[in-house]
Amino acid sequence: MGARRRRGPLPGFGLSLGFTLSYLGALVLLPFAALVLRAASLTPARFWELVSAPRAVAAFQLSFGAALAAAAVNLLFGLLVAWVLERYRFPGRRLVDGLVDLPFALPTAVAGIALTALYDERGWIGAALAPLGIQVAYTRLGVAVALVFIGLPFVVRTVQPVLRDLEPALEEAAASLGAARWQTVRRVVLPELLPAAGTGVVLALARGLGEYGSVIFIAGNLPGLTEIAPLLIMIRLEEYDIAGATAIAATFLAASLLLLFAVNLLSWRQGRKAAVG
Amino acid sequence: MSRELSPPAPPRWRNPRAEPAAVRWVLVALALAFLAFFLLLPLGVVFARGLEKGLAAYRAAVSEPYALAAVRLTLQVAALVVPANLLFGLAAAWAVTRFEFRGKNLLVTLIDAPFSVSPVIAGLLFVLLFGAQGLFGPWLMERGVRILFSLPGIALVTAFVTMPLVARQLIPLMQAQGSDEEQAALTLGATPWQMFLRVSLPKVRWGLLYGVVLCNARAMGEFGAVSVVSGHIRGKTNTLPLHVEILYNEYQFQAAFAVATLLALLGLTTLAAQALLDWQARRRGGAGPGRA
Repeated sequence: MGARRRRGPLPGFGLSLGFTLSYLGALVLLPFAALVLRAASLTPARFWELVSAPRAVAAFQLSFGAALAAAAVNLLFGLLVAWVLERYRFPGRRLVDGLVDLPFALPTAVAGIALTALYDERGWIGAALAPLGIQVAYTRLGVAVALVFIGLPFVVRTVQPVLRDLEPALEEAAASLGAARWQTVRRVVLPELLPAAGTGVVLALARGLGEYGSVIFIAGNLPGLTEIAPLLIMIRLEEYDIAGATAIAATFLAASLLLLFAVNLLSWRQGRKAAVG
Repeated sequence: MSRELSPPAPPRWRNPRAEPAAVRWVLVALALAFLAFFLLLPLGVVFARGLEKGLAAYRAAVSEPYALAAVRLTLQVAALVVPANLLFGLAAAWAVTRFEFRGKNLLVTLIDAPFSVSPVIAGLLFVLLFGAQGLFGPWLMERGVRILFSLPGIALVTAFVTMPLVARQLIPLMQAQGSDEEQAALTLGATPWQMFLRVSLPKVRWGLLYGVVLCNARAMGEFGAVSVVSGHIRGKTNTLPLHVEILYNEYQFQAAFAVATLLALLGLTTLAAQALLDWQARRRGGAGPGRA
């Protein structure tokens, strides 16, 4: 590359950007183009028929409902775990801190069979819950449990650094102005953490919506009842119903991106309110 | 790890940033109970069920020919995918953090895109490209090139799913480091490649390794996307996670969990490597690589 076309003093602009764009083009843009082309080749009436079938609608509802429920649990417990890991000393804290990333490192199929073995009515937890009349495995509750597992690290890991860098003076000022400890936490600390927690929730939601491996073993997979959207896409593919798979996938993907965008916006607004108020 | 220590409260002086001991105990107990239920028990049950029929049965399950073939395929996939995504991560991070150009934000969004795509949909994308009814399927079939139901297809979907992992580690790191050293090297007469290999790469080595470790774990453990394009041919296109699924669906539970322990060990090794790299990076000063 000639000095004339240089952007700044460093070399390698053409090479690095060229390689990046070719790689992205081949591996991401081209496949997405195939999806758009295939979806566009369906008539609107046919497309609607495929995605508004009761079985597809039930799968969408379950996928979104379970992912949202799991994200809510992870928001609550993620804040708690981050707080406990950053603020308190207890034996084994470092080990626990390292283990938080397990759902990210453990292959999803292993998580799936492990959770099923635990919550099955003969499993360690399932056997204890059975006398109470609570069944987790092979129900919608099981789907949510799997998604809580998969989404666990995200809120913890986004909140931890913010909590670590929080100015001690902020809390000390609140305390010296007469705020009770819980008031300080609720009115001063929590607003500072919410934007980061929101980012964590978005990441957990994105992961949970599309999750397949950890869910299909524990879900029971009854059509219309415990069948998640990714599994329905898989079933359509196995039936060689490419049109059906494409329509459901395109709709699910678009809806997921919309939801993620909305949650992102919400947490950004919350963050701004906290910064202003 | 340089974390804030909550100072022990001296007598008669109340630390304004500390809660009463009872509250502390309850919160710690709650958090640990949650983590025990969702992390320790699932991990424990894999090993317990894998070893429930004794060591001999365990050894038989993990050394059976189909299991070994699955191990070999899984290693092959990782050997293809990890270097490709490593090169991509380096190139993308260099372009994004060292130059200004139009559409940079869009590029960064695109790099993250695979994280928001269900693995099953990722698999479907490649079926739409290379399947019998796909864009290139018929053309490739005439020429006898097989992509789906074989190693290239499995490697492609795995590369898609794990694509952002190295880049996401490097971009914030290289952004924070800036390029003063690189410019100094050039001024002192280094060639561009000398500068890259002897200045830029060593600067990011811990973050780079962190990304590689994570990418490797996800590549070896990928299930949904691989499930779509593999065809589940035993001994040929079965990766380790797919082998676990098949054994499980055949009610060979002990064997399924025995093979699953291999993947669980991969996960634990990954966590240990992450902790080690985190500690290394912090010890050498500067921020450690970001997590998750």
